[in-house]
Amino acid sequence: MGGLLFQAFIYLCAAVIAVPIAKRLGLGSVLGYLLAGIFIGPVIGLVGSETQTIQHFAEFGVVMMLFLVGLELQPRMLWEMRNRLIGLGGLQVALTTALITAAALMVGLYWSVALTVGLIFSLSSTAIVLQTLNEKGLSKTEGGRAGFSVLLFQDIAVIPMLALIPLLALPELVGGGGDSLATAGESHGDAGHHHEMSLVAGLPGWAHALVVLGAIASVLLGGHFLSRPMFRFIAESRLREIFTASALMLVIGIALLMTLVDLSPALGTFLAGVVLANSEFRHELESDIEPFKGLLLGLFFITVGAGIDFNILFNDTLTILSLTVGVIAIKGLVLYGLARAFRLTTTDGWLLTLGLAQAGEFGFVLLSFSLQNQVLPAELASTLSLVVALSMLLTPVLFILYDKLILNRQPESDERQADTIDETGSVIIAGNGRFGQIVNRLLVASGVQTTVLDHQADIINMLSKVGVKSYYGDASRPELLHAAGIESAKAVVIAIDDRSRTLEMVEHIRRHYPKVKILARAFDVNHLYLLNKAGVDIAVRELFDSSLELGKATLRAVGVHPFKVEKMSTAFRKHDENGMNTLYELWDENTEMASNKAYLARARELGETLKEMMETDRMQLHDRSERGWTPPPKHYTKDMGE
Amino acid sequence: MTRKAAQRILILLAHPSLDRSEVNGPLAQAAAEIEGITLVDLYAEYPDFQIDIDREQQRLLEHDVIIFQHPLYWYSTPAILKEWQDLVLEHGFAYGSEGTALHGKLFLNALSAGGAEAAYRAEGYNHFTIRELLQPMEQMASLCGMRYLPPFALFGARTAVDEGRIGHHIDAWIELLKALRDRKLDIETAQNLAGLNSDLNRLIKEA
Ligand SMILES: Cc1cc2nc3c(=O)[nH]c(=O)nc-3n(C[C@H](O)[C@H](O)[C@H](O)COP(=O)(O)O)c2cc1C
Repeated sequence: MGGLLFQAFIYLCAAVIAVPIAKRLGLGSVLGYLLAGIFIGPVIGLVGSETQTIQHFAEFGVVMMLFLVGLELQPRMLWEMRNRLIGLGGLQVALTTALITAAALMVGLYWSVALTVGLIFSLSSTAIVLQTLNEKGLSKTEGGRAGFSVLLFQDIAVIPMLALIPLLALPELVGGGGDSLATAGESHGDAGHHHEMSLVAGLPGWAHALVVLGAIASVLLGGHFLSRPMFRFIAESRLREIFTASALMLVIGIALLMTLVDLSPALGTFLAGVVLANSEFRHELESDIEPFKGLLLGLFFITVGAGIDFNILFNDTLTILSLTVGVIAIKGLVLYGLARAFRLTTTDGWLLTLGLAQAGEFGFVLLSFSLQNQVLPAELASTLSLVVALSMLLTPVLFILYDKLILNRQPESDERQADTIDETGSVIIAGNGRFGQIVNRLLVASGVQTTVLDHQADIINMLSKVGVKSYYGDASRPELLHAAGIESAKAVVIAIDDRSRTLEMVEHIRRHYPKVKILARAFDVNHLYLLNKAGVDIAVRELFDSSLELGKATLRAVGVHPFKVEKMSTAFRKHDENGMNTLYELWDENTEMASNKAYLARARELGETLKEMMETDRMQLHDRSERGWTPPPKHYTKDMGE
Repeated sequence: MTRKAAQRILILLAHPSLDRSEVNGPLAQAAAEIEGITLVDLYAEYPDFQIDIDREQQRLLEHDVIIFQHPLYWYSTPAILKEWQDLVLEHGFAYGSEGTALHGKLFLNALSAGGAEAAYRAEGYNHFTIRELLQPMEQMASLCGMRYLPPFALFGARTAVDEGRIGHHIDAWIELLKALRDRKLDIETAQNLAGLNSDLNRLIKEA
């Protein structure tokens, strides 16, 4: 137990120190984890051989990652991207694999090894690139979008690769020794410790195929028909941890099922993710799985870092460096050619070229997977893993190159173009009861893209029946906001039916996303002031406008001229606004409103002026509130001209 | 030589559907990039027509050249500019024995018209020239003691982009604004013309 705690502490400690530093330096979290691993492994030697075992366990993060990738893939979005996805992404993977395989053959590698190397290096780092693009505000440019299509295709391509690699196993490695025989049984890797449990072992071919098909069908059909009622039932219990537990259960259950029928667990969870991508529970699932995925992947990268063999680097610096530069050059060449062929502008083309030229985290996954499956010799694998890591470490340098050399050279007009491609921006609406619904309907009718969050499953259920895009979840949870895409949203509307949560949300969002506009529903004046103090951009009292409308209708009903009613209500609104601003200064949140004397006195005074104002108005004097269309004095023409 | 200070230009833009505009939108954008020019999008600032009289009067005080920029709607301005006149040009501010706030300022319309220039004459189907049709504004300027300049106009506005005429018009617009700002426009000559477009180069004095 002590040993376990010690290890856990070392790993966590390294991560907690290295990742924030790496982020601060603009290197991104993946590199942070790698560096942490390098530090506790090769550098100071705190961790040793147990990293192998931990790595097996941590690979489950990949299964979760593919579940999340699947969740992001709405069929409609895929369809809209199809040209880029298949054209650009497909060609990138195919051409890069081909070129690198060819290069590997030329240096004398066996064909299956060369192909595996080609596959490994055809992938780029989704984690690093997407994060960097977001941080630099480049994700909405044409280059950024092209990059996203390519990365998405790569992420999907990993699944067939995971299926293909075991078939490439080297006979001489498989034959070699008890240890590898034992692992050979775990060919489908991640949850392989249970390889003795199998539903298909010893079955005849046709039965095997039937069981496999049955398993896939049960994932698809179960995901489509059973998951919703199940999640709805669980959601109604309003127990957050049970929802998390059920999300985990789903992912682990599918992984288990896939393992039992000798399929890749990553494939199964990916499919389940796609099936659930249109479900209203998508964001909640995302935010529940995300932390587990993040931690496990982080752990995975640490173990990769810890496993890097620096002896190889020092013994053979030149080879390693030239391999790294070679890989980046080949990948860049393919990307540049594709950017030309797909008619990206020069700036966008360079962004794609320099941004995606590194190898990626899936490279590590494929490497360790190939190693387990006796596809690559161990020595080659550690060399390659060093190359993958180095090329990732160079990514920030490539982005700096892009900033300095490409962006600075472009004339201004290019930038203005980029502005106009930018969309109106999407809006997150938290809370979709009577209040949020109206907001949402107006926005959607005006063509603004919205994402709606609500914690009442029945509301969400009803809304999704009428075609409103809405997701289940407690909107005040930061992870859910993150999953709903707050990083890229232009505005957040908080329309939930809970004073203090509204306030907490405003504080949280203001602190972490200073750029997003926050608009909130205020319950009363005091709440409005609190929201202002918390940094809301615009808060609106929930009853003010409807009361005013009813007041106006009443005035009209008793025979006041409709335009006069309009002017009166405008004056009233202005007066009220001014009063609120004056009172805000006096208001002190620490004093109960009722006991703040200055405030009360001033409030009474303002009440008087309202009465006065309305009286003077009634007497048709030139009150300030009645300014406008004032006729000139009766005999003014005597003054004019002649 | 003592250089006089630059003229401060206020453009009051009135267009109720800028997202569909092919002429006034680009003109406004071009103007916004010139230094020393204040561009006010009236429909954006007062979407509910609740024009802030004090703020608008203050703006007038702070500028030397007042431009109404708008598409020609029924031989006049879009509604908000009429509302603006009715509200802002108060007795005692803009006219009347004490209303001298606007004295000496320059005033002009920069407009786009759907009809062809040939239609805006006695023989054409619109029967009057643009300057004639804008006489209420010419007289408004006169009553407020402002110096009136003839309109800067683009005719056949609906097809200007398709026919490639817009670029030239925008260039001329920029020239005009810079000349006004730098006091290089020959005001006396300009005042007697029917419009500012045709002789613009001749009207701009070398420094
Ligand atoms: C309500 C309305 C009234 C119009 N009245 C006239 C008019 O009296 N004379 C004319 O030549 N064009 C008239 N037009 C055409 C506009 O002047 C023309 O659409 C505009 O100048 C195009 O500029 P834009 O692309 O910036 O909108 C009118 C258009 C509208 C919508």
